[in-house]
Amino acid sequence: MLPIVAFTLWLSRAATSRKMTAGAKHLEITLETQVESVNLAEEMCLRVAEAAGFGEDDCYRIGMSVREGVINAFHYGNQERPEKKIYLAVDITAEKLIIHVLDEGTGFTLADVPDPLAEENLLSTSGRGIFLMRAFMDEFDVVQGRTGGAEIVMSKRLPGPGGNSENGKGGR
Amino acid sequence: MSLRATHRDAGPVTVVDLSGRITLGDSSALLRKTIRTLLDDQRRKILLNLADVDYIDSSGIGELVSGFTAVKNQGGDLKLLQLTKKVRDLLQITKLYTVFDIYSDESSAVRSFN
Repeated sequence: MLPIVAFTLWLSRAATSRKMTAGAKHLEITLETQVESVNLAEEMCLRVAEAAGFGEDDCYRIGMSVREGVINAFHYGNQERPEKKIYLAVDITAEKLIIHVLDEGTGFTLADVPDPLAEENLLSTSGRGIFLMRAFMDEFDVVQGRTGGAEIVMSKRLPGPGGNSENGKGGR
Repeated sequence: MSLRATHRDAGPVTVVDLSGRITLGDSSALLRKTIRTLLDDQRRKILLNLADVDYIDSSGIGELVSGFTAVKNQGGDLKLLQLTKKVRDLLQITKLYTVFDIYSDESSAVRSFN
């Protein structure tokens, strides 16, 4: 069974051209709380990022960030409970690609997330997802979503002529 | 692409050749099972060959750390061989490059266990 519950896509006329840079576009998808949703979300956002003109390195960083956001929603937010949903939305504005990942958990604040680079956490087997999203995207935040759960909001500036955004190196 | 894992002997060292992605789900579980099986078989000098692993997510990183700790706890050593650029960059930004013993050449890696 495909892990998609609902799928909505609004694209401007410019979206039919190779690079989706003119006018805002919005895509959203409701995913089941299951492992397959992680791969699907990554794949979908990779296609959008490629169509928006991001280069290979930035696509990797965007795909990884989406992956980590959905893993966070799947595991920490929804506690792997199949009756809960994950809401993924992608917006492309004139300046940037914005990704929202919303879960149906109880939310969290960034200040409570342990630093995975701290000496005492280096050998932890989990807790690196937030760090990777922050490193790979230009902007990153967590807010309380409409479900009461955590909503991850992250963005990357659209690429210049070279195909990579300003934070093309990642690793902040 | 899912993960494939095979192992072979290089003297006293067990080299595990991995190919594919190490991510949340079956591939992380396969890596865990592979390392646990080797430990059950009293193989405690383990070299993970990551030359054909081009993608690891946070779950895969966690599984590498878990394997490293499990082998260390049994008095053994788990080292890494031939990282791809993406994997090397990932281990660098997560500071795990300083935790793992990493080699680019298999014979040097095998010798380092002695």
